[in-house]
Amino acid sequence: MSAQQVLFDAPGPRARRNILIGNIVGVLIVLGVLAWVISALAEKGQFAGSMWAPFLESRTWEFFILPGLGNTLKAAAIAIVTSVVFGLVFGVGRLSHVAPVRWIAGVVVEFLRAVPVLLMMIFFWLALGSSGAVKPQDAPLIAVILALTLYNGSVIAELVRSGVHGLPRGQREAGMAIGLTRNQSLRNIEVPQALIAMLPALISQFVVILKDSALGFIITYPELLQYTRRLGVGEGNVIPSLFVAAAIFIVINFALSTLATRLSVLLSFRTKGRKPVAREAVALDAAST
Amino acid sequence: MENYLSLFETYDVPAAFWVNIQLSFWAALWALALGTVLALFRISPIPSLQWFGAAYVNIFRNTPLTIILAFGFLGLFSVMQISLASELNVSLFRIAIVGLALYHAAFVCEAIRSGVNTVPLGQAEAARAIGLSFLPAARLIILPQAFRGAIAPLGNVLIALIKNSTVAAAGSVAAEASGLMKTMIEFRSDLVFPIFLTFALGFVILVIPVGLLTTWASRKLAVAR
Repeated sequence: MSAQQVLFDAPGPRARRNILIGNIVGVLIVLGVLAWVISALAEKGQFAGSMWAPFLESRTWEFFILPGLGNTLKAAAIAIVTSVVFGLVFGVGRLSHVAPVRWIAGVVVEFLRAVPVLLMMIFFWLALGSSGAVKPQDAPLIAVILALTLYNGSVIAELVRSGVHGLPRGQREAGMAIGLTRNQSLRNIEVPQALIAMLPALISQFVVILKDSALGFIITYPELLQYTRRLGVGEGNVIPSLFVAAAIFIVINFALSTLATRLSVLLSFRTKGRKPVAREAVALDAAST
Repeated sequence: MENYLSLFETYDVPAAFWVNIQLSFWAALWALALGTVLALFRISPIPSLQWFGAAYVNIFRNTPLTIILAFGFLGLFSVMQISLASELNVSLFRIAIVGLALYHAAFVCEAIRSGVNTVPLGQAEAARAIGLSFLPAARLIILPQAFRGAIAPLGNVLIALIKNSTVAAAGSVAAEASGLMKTMIEFRSDLVFPIFLTFALGFVILVIPVGLLTTWASRKLAVAR
């Protein structure tokens, strides 16, 4: 149900007046909160021109923001590809009709979903760094990608599983009826439809990957936040720099989220799957950092 | 094995987890309060409050938690010199709670809204029919059912919050689990795997009961329809 239309009647004259009063009070409260934040920041000189001037210079973008954004996008893009692969493998593993495969995939996925991403990141970073298996300067990037892949891959595996479970039984039965084995029917009939049904949820998960890549900051991976912090320390404008970094993340993530919503409407007739596949379950997993 | 056990004498692992539990507990309380208010804003008939709720959710949901906490520690604490307690440690701890609460409030709001969506139309219509206006209808009819429908998604938010409490390491809330794990691995690099598995298992033990409990509660308390 759409809450807006249900919780209250079509307003009559008195309700319209009350809503108008409430609206004015609401605007005043919101403006009041904003004014308080802005005045607190202005008091410390955070809106002085010199604080924001660096963002008008090309060298700020050339040497700080764009390299940082590039590293963030690089880590996120690789992690997106690898976690989709991981998710497909383990998702199909969890659906396997061979019991041990199903159990192992289940234990791995449940374990990885319960461990904080940051914990895995720190572990891979220090383990790779001290083992000498990779060049020390590569260790942070590889740690970020590995940790993001293992966590988000497990979430995607769950998506694949719920996507396939959301298909009507007739799809598999039809596959069997034309002589496919269970694996063939899974690969050729069920998973492709599940993928279409879960595409919006998958894109929401990409938002999580992009946000989580900022954890690389803690293990010294030179991503956007790391660069903007350096910029802020160098120019003495930490707060404006963090605002810019946050704004960049918000714009990209908001665009991705909007795409996900559009797709869920657009694709709803391309699959036999339940329409908003696991939308609930997944929107909430997005809480992960 | 003796090597491994000696770790627990040198480092206080349970204390580190206790810090994470405390962070999660206080942040969960504040996030629940703020998230409920935001959800009320979003379902209210007042456009400015609807707009504010939506703007808050979109901004905080799309910002990495790391940036929010970095903002708290680097911006509020270092630059603005806002401290929430006289002691440094307590102040950092409270800033971490505020950051975690602000971030997760956006997800709590969405969880409660999804709970509101489980309440059938007839309930709201009946509430209106017996003459309840928006706030009484929300308080007596809609929200009690919405919370029961929102238990499972709220549980997911709580699980995410417990795991995300490790990000407090970004602001050197030193005694916390991920920070302690880093220190331990740095000093005992011969025991990388056992140390990681210990901490990972700690979180599995923390998180899985929460998941089981909320699943059980959401079934037990589900409104029979």
